[in-house]
Amino acid sequence: MSIKATVISEIQQIADDNQKSLPPLTDDLVLLDSGLDSLAIAILVARLEETLGFDPFTESDELAYPVTLGDFIRFYEHAAPCPAVDSTHAG
Amino acid sequence: MNTRLRALPSIRHTLASASDSHQRFVWGAAASVGLGHLPVAASGTSLGGRLDELAGRSVLVATRDQIAAALAFIALDGIAQRLVVCTPDLAAEHLPAVVASAGVDAIVSGRGAELGIENLEFGMRSFQIPDSQFPIPTEWVLLTSGTTGAPKMVVHTFDSLTAPIDGALPQPDDVVWGTFYDIRRYGGLQIFFRTILGRGSLVLADAGESIGDHLRRLRAHGVTHVSGTPSQWRRVLMSPDAREISPRYIRLSGEIADQGILNALHSCYPLARIGHAFASTEAGVGFEVNDGLEGFPASLIGAPGDVQIRVEDGSLRIRSARNAARYIGEQPSALTDADGFVDTGDVVERRGDRYYFLGRRSGIINVGGLKVYPEEVEAAINRHPAVRMSMVRPRRSPITGSLVAADVVLALESAAGDGAAFKREILQICHDRLAPYKVPATIRFVSALGLAAAGKLARHA
Repeated sequence: MSIKATVISEIQQIADDNQKSLPPLTDDLVLLDSGLDSLAIAILVARLEETLGFDPFTESDELAYPVTLGDFIRFYEHAAPCPAVDSTHAG
Repeated sequence: MNTRLRALPSIRHTLASASDSHQRFVWGAAASVGLGHLPVAASGTSLGGRLDELAGRSVLVATRDQIAAALAFIALDGIAQRLVVCTPDLAAEHLPAVVASAGVDAIVSGRGAELGIENLEFGMRSFQIPDSQFPIPTEWVLLTSGTTGAPKMVVHTFDSLTAPIDGALPQPDDVVWGTFYDIRRYGGLQIFFRTILGRGSLVLADAGESIGDHLRRLRAHGVTHVSGTPSQWRRVLMSPDAREISPRYIRLSGEIADQGILNALHSCYPLARIGHAFASTEAGVGFEVNDGLEGFPASLIGAPGDVQIRVEDGSLRIRSARNAARYIGEQPSALTDADGFVDTGDVVERRGDRYYFLGRRSGIINVGGLKVYPEEVEAAINRHPAVRMSMVRPRRSPITGSLVAADVVLALESAAGDGAAFKREILQICHDRLAPYKVPATIRFVSALGLAAAGKLARHA
């Protein structure tokens, strides 16, 4: 599964856990408008670390926090230890 | 036949007054002692030949085995001025402070450990002490397992240690106790005293034996009453030998007994009466709950009686004759508040007509400023029938500071099942019972969880 697909799948799972419905998960969706609160995003980051094996927030020196879902996914793709599959091609 | 319990001034006098002590034993893995063969007057003892030297002293009991400690307790209660009870895991580096603080001037060791001071070995000679001067009210100094640093030293007396037993219901005289505790800790010492005062026998655990061997030994001695922490009981239930024993009474203490473990024990031992006791070294036994439900009735709070219980700042406070007397040490803190209540540090919450334990105040996980007690989350996780035990710990989060993470051990028959499905089901139970920030962010299945020396889950800060 690509990083993008993994992120989307985990987001959907967290929404299901909390019985929340999400807007369409497009790249330009602002994370804070997605219905995920900071706790949900924290859980997302923790679960992605379990699934992907890394956490770009603690490993990166960059202070910029991703604003949109696209930013968030790219943040993970750039931090991936192995050359990541480009999300635009992996679909 | 039921025998009303009555505490006498010392263990020695209690045994001396019992007509049936020749039928009673303390069994260790390698050795056993007939209580009737022990000295019940000033005539002979396993510490024989040296009791007159130990009389009136502050004696460190630093034996390797529990059975040797049991012998020392029987021989020296009422004789020594103080019994300082070394736990088996006491680090050597803390020994000098213990010796200094407690004014130790004699050491009983089960073997020739090089402890310095005055090293006394067990012998089999007789001794003479003047009856008129003994028994004296021996102080019992118990060490509590501090998570870090030096152990706290807590002073009890024969009276405070036996107070929870003296008022107990009459007990049948064929009781054989077993405990997964070590009798050198409060929980195990309670069972030791229940055996001595309650006309029973006792099967001691051995540090080197497997749970299966221990259970088979309990069965061989016909164990009827068994005590342990919830964590120790979960280990029993994880053993293929769990059904070796069929106790009439199961007692849990030392940790929160959640509904999961109470139900699992009832299912494995349907004929047993199952009770959970709230007890701590400092507060003593607070109360016992025997209705098969987690938590305790709200009616206990503020009720008159031997034990007074309050909730203050969210935590349980207890005042009774079972409380320890004081701490000793270099700078001993006060053991009770201004009103004489021991603050147990165990945080409770009322729901309806019952109180439930949330966890230790010191164990809080801070999730974005919100408090989570690990034990509360574990209790929810443990409700899943496939879960045998769990440990909730903090997990660092770049967003909320900490998150809740859970390590889960599945029951043997479920270990090969669908892990992803179990995760979903466990999370669902947590979502149904807990606020969102308390629900584990991550769940990891592990094959085992470590227990600390006191039989409680080994939690790491």
